[in-house]
Amino acid sequence: MLKVRVIPTLLWKDFGLVKGVAFDSWRRVGSILPAVKVYNSRDVDELIVVDITASNERNKPDHETVADFSEECFVPLTVGGGITSLEDVLHLLHSGADKVSINTAAFVNPGIIDSVASRFGAQCIVASIDVRYFDDGGYRCFSHSGSQNTGKGAVEWARELVSRGAGEILLTSINRDGTMQGYDLELTERVAKAVNVPVIASGGAGNYQHMIDVVLQAGASAVAAASIFHFTEQTPAGAKQAMKLAGIPIRQNFISLANI
Amino acid sequence: MKVAIINYGMGNLNSVRRSFEEIGADTVIANHPSCLYGVDRIVLPGVGAFAEGMAHLNQGGWVTALNDVVNLQNKPLLGICLGMQMLASKGHEGVETEGLDFISGEVKRIDLIGCNERIPHMGWNEVRYKTKSVMFDSIPDASDFYFVHSYAFVPTNSGNLIATVDYGCELTAIVSSNHVFGCQFHPEKSSKAGRQMLRNFMSYSAC
Repeated sequence: MLKVRVIPTLLWKDFGLVKGVAFDSWRRVGSILPAVKVYNSRDVDELIVVDITASNERNKPDHETVADFSEECFVPLTVGGGITSLEDVLHLLHSGADKVSINTAAFVNPGIIDSVASRFGAQCIVASIDVRYFDDGGYRCFSHSGSQNTGKGAVEWARELVSRGAGEILLTSINRDGTMQGYDLELTERVAKAVNVPVIASGGAGNYQHMIDVVLQAGASAVAAASIFHFTEQTPAGAKQAMKLAGIPIRQNFISLANI
Repeated sequence: MKVAIINYGMGNLNSVRRSFEEIGADTVIANHPSCLYGVDRIVLPGVGAFAEGMAHLNQGGWVTALNDVVNLQNKPLLGICLGMQMLASKGHEGVETEGLDFISGEVKRIDLIGCNERIPHMGWNEVRYKTKSVMFDSIPDASDFYFVHSYAFVPTNSGNLIATVDYGCELTAIVSSNHVFGCQFHPEKSSKAGRQMLRNFMSYSAC
């Protein structure tokens, strides 16, 4: 049985590790490369690194820097930000990314998902969806780091991405992002029920119970989180311990028998 | 102890190289079959399709060199993912293709072996030991390793089946025959457990 993953998300802006609230008010919290090393030494399940300015500033993904990250990453590495072409994906995979996360480009040219899937396989495409909740009860997808309303409904868009070949959905609630108030359970549940690929819940984790809830109540296959790990004493290992106690199948951190 | 990682044009080798460096191995990327004669250990990595992988190995002259160093000089070989599958006699990915035939068996799509879960099998999953092997030194049974694959190795002799993984059915996780080893998962992406397994491969000795 596959394990439920706990994935630290590292947002990257001008060489700095940053974190914001609701995709705004960015504050610098460190450097990326040392963070990649620390999470690896702590035996995390996977890492997501996103260049949050690439799409807005029309920059290409910085694959040389990604190569530096991958040199220090011994778990699966997902890289996002600024991907607009098959060539971008090829460069990132050659630089050591295991998967790429595509968001804005899929709205501009949905066919990019089909072409990446047929060339490199569904397993390397994480379709990222940033969603804002509206008081009319609707969930709308936003592109360009949450700045442009695409008018697409979250469930409808997730279904389309999967039908085009996305292997996973990274589902982020813009409203909850950085608030540490808990994941948007309703959003996650709606999307997880609508697609047959793993949904990674993102946006809002503030404690271990939030992670347990989004897995057990909303059907997430993985939890992504940033603020909780940057700003509190809580850790990915602690999260997994709590999830295990709640009956969720998690990957145990490795303990060498040589040390016992 | 020198290990050569075969560069035959099937995927990024940096993660594998970095993992061996992390455990202190003297690591070379082998860009030509002649590189295999001067090393102690050989790693055949690879991501992609069986037929394409074998075509690259044949065209690059790797098959003859591998037969020399593995069968005649008895150098330990580790195949990873596609590299593990190509150790088999035959692959059935798209077209039927002859493999390296270091370990008797065939490679089949996992739904044709009885797995009804989503394809590809991707993520962390528990590896269960079938028989004792040097590959498990210091690694507890049912440790998690990182898998990404749609095809699996079905060995002819159960004695070559060293470990399995449960994904709706039992799939081969590790095969071995004497000094030839293959793992379906990616030790280079399996964090500390993966690194321990690479260490075990490096410290393997025939006697």
